[in-house]
Amino acid sequence: MTGSERIAAAFGAAREEGRAALMPYMMAGYPDRETSSAVAAAYAESADLVELGIPFSDPLADGPTIHAAATAALEAGASMDTALEICGEIAERVPVVFMVYANMVLAHGGAEEFARRALAAGACGAIVPDLPLEEAEPVRTAFDAAGLALVPLVAPTTPAERRARICAAARGFVYVVSTVGTTGERDELPAELADLVAATKAEAEVPVAVGFGIGTPRQAAQVGEIADGAIIGSRLVRAAAEPDADGAVGSFLRETRDALVSG
Amino acid sequence: MSLVEERFGPYGGRYVPETLIAALDELTAAWAEAREDPAFRERLALLHRDFIGRPTPLYRAERLSERVGGTVYLKREDLAHTGAHKINNAVGQVLLAQRMGKPRIIAETGAGQHGVATATACALLGLECVVYMGSEDIRRQKPNVERMGLLGAEVVPVEAGARTLKEAVSAAIRDWVANVATTHYVIGSAVGPAPFPALVRDLQTVIGEEAREQALAAEGELPGRVIACVGGGSNSIGIFTPFVADSAVELIGVEAAGEGLDSDRHGASLGKGTTGVLHGSLSSIIADEEGQILEAHSVSAGLDYPGVGPEHAWLRDTGRASYVSVTDAQALEAFKLLCRLEGIIPALESSHAIAWLLENGGREGYDVVCLSGRGDKDLAEVLSL
Repeated sequence: MTGSERIAAAFGAAREEGRAALMPYMMAGYPDRETSSAVAAAYAESADLVELGIPFSDPLADGPTIHAAATAALEAGASMDTALEICGEIAERVPVVFMVYANMVLAHGGAEEFARRALAAGACGAIVPDLPLEEAEPVRTAFDAAGLALVPLVAPTTPAERRARICAAARGFVYVVSTVGTTGERDELPAELADLVAATKAEAEVPVAVGFGIGTPRQAAQVGEIADGAIIGSRLVRAAAEPDADGAVGSFLRETRDALVSG
Repeated sequence: MSLVEERFGPYGGRYVPETLIAALDELTAAWAEAREDPAFRERLALLHRDFIGRPTPLYRAERLSERVGGTVYLKREDLAHTGAHKINNAVGQVLLAQRMGKPRIIAETGAGQHGVATATACALLGLECVVYMGSEDIRRQKPNVERMGLLGAEVVPVEAGARTLKEAVSAAIRDWVANVATTHYVIGSAVGPAPFPALVRDLQTVIGEEAREQALAAEGELPGRVIACVGGGSNSIGIFTPFVADSAVELIGVEAAGEGLDSDRHGASLGKGTTGVLHGSLSSIIADEEGQILEAHSVSAGLDYPGVGPEHAWLRDTGRASYVSVTDAQALEAFKLLCRLEGIIPALESSHAIAWLLENGGREGYDVVCLSGRGDKDLAEVLSL
């Protein structure tokens, strides 16, 4: 199975249960190597897919919580290898998609070499948040050849014509950015989100997941009503820093999964 | 409508979150239109003359020439309003933002020169101004923080990382991602995602246009060399650009070697960098083998940046410009020397260009050095060393 096929199967399995897919995010190596493995194991229990962040010094798309987690992970010694190892620990149980900044792909031998290493670790795809459509083609070509899905992002500011082109080039799923801004919890999801998701679903042949700003089971359930998947980042990164990290993320994920089921 | 370049050879591009792409498209279109619009050009030319004080002089530095053993002219950007070339870009971009109907301006600043220039332009044109500045730089550059306050700008401290310029740029970009509908980001150097490198270059090219004309008028021939310091590279790209087609003129960019190129404390993104992405463009950057961006170091805050404008990376690769470096110690010596020889207190940034010239003088023809700013801001730093 290629990465795209495995991602499609994970969304399909959730859909058969009558709910949206649950895709939690974690920062590899945060707060430390050991806890990070425990968090990954808890994710593998309850998640349909896992978004695994590779720590980077200058994460422009991230808000304060994930930025600080990246800084802390790097200070604790995390590296690309840490992310590949953690991927390897859970990839047989749950599909893993990396969240990786463009410079990390470049610095690790370019798109072909990155794809080779990611696949060897069992990953299905990668989201590169600072690689918009215009810059993505060579990376997508290399990922396609390897069978790794390059997941694109659509934002509320993306014009309709451009959104259609992004959807046409999408692999795995389309990541809809719920709000204008960086990652982080928000009190309310924007009212326009439903229209944005509906428009994206009409244009994409792959599933559509929503991220940025989802911090409660209720918000995840709201997203689950309109999209194929809900991505939860900063809220869980906060939980990973709690004393009983795997317990904290585990109970939040179970609660969120229940909320998705009952909608 | 003429083209606003997005790439310089392989360098440049737009490595930014999708949320910003529409704003970058809007900015590209607005600049392509504005720079061809006679009314906009006339307004900018008037502000150049009456507000900034342009043209700045091209000054024949007699005693420095004697010391160097060859004729040296200084392009006096230190005499521009607010004391550095930064105002050329700030006034142009704020004028453009006003034309685009954006009521709110954000900027980053390291030493505070670009922050002061942007706050000044916003006061002039009546726009809201927010400046991101690392808390370490706020501590080191108190007078400029106070200036920005007087000019009506809000200075927001940035606590991430080393609390200096790199993090201030990141914080400004994050603000822009969140407030893109109402806000224009006045980036301070010829860096960032397209169209910023071309936009900033276009607004700084006035330095080179004036210098070329003044040099020809003074000497009847083109200079042998044009020399400028390079941090992000806006004063250097501004003075180089009109000379690029004059193939006999050597273009020399002087980077910060800090405590030495073999130490890990320098700012030589071109001399010691690797190809990578920082703050939205592909260029030559200072990063480790893992791809993590490293902190730069220079005695001069304006050269203390681990990236450089993408057009410089291309000028380096094509061989059209040469990039050299001088250490903190050499720059400090040149700073002191220029004070005594010419009665000019130069910015520590500009002192790097002077320092290189002092060790590489005595040539046929004559040299033009961009004196990008004045050194009042650096007095506390220099006197503490």
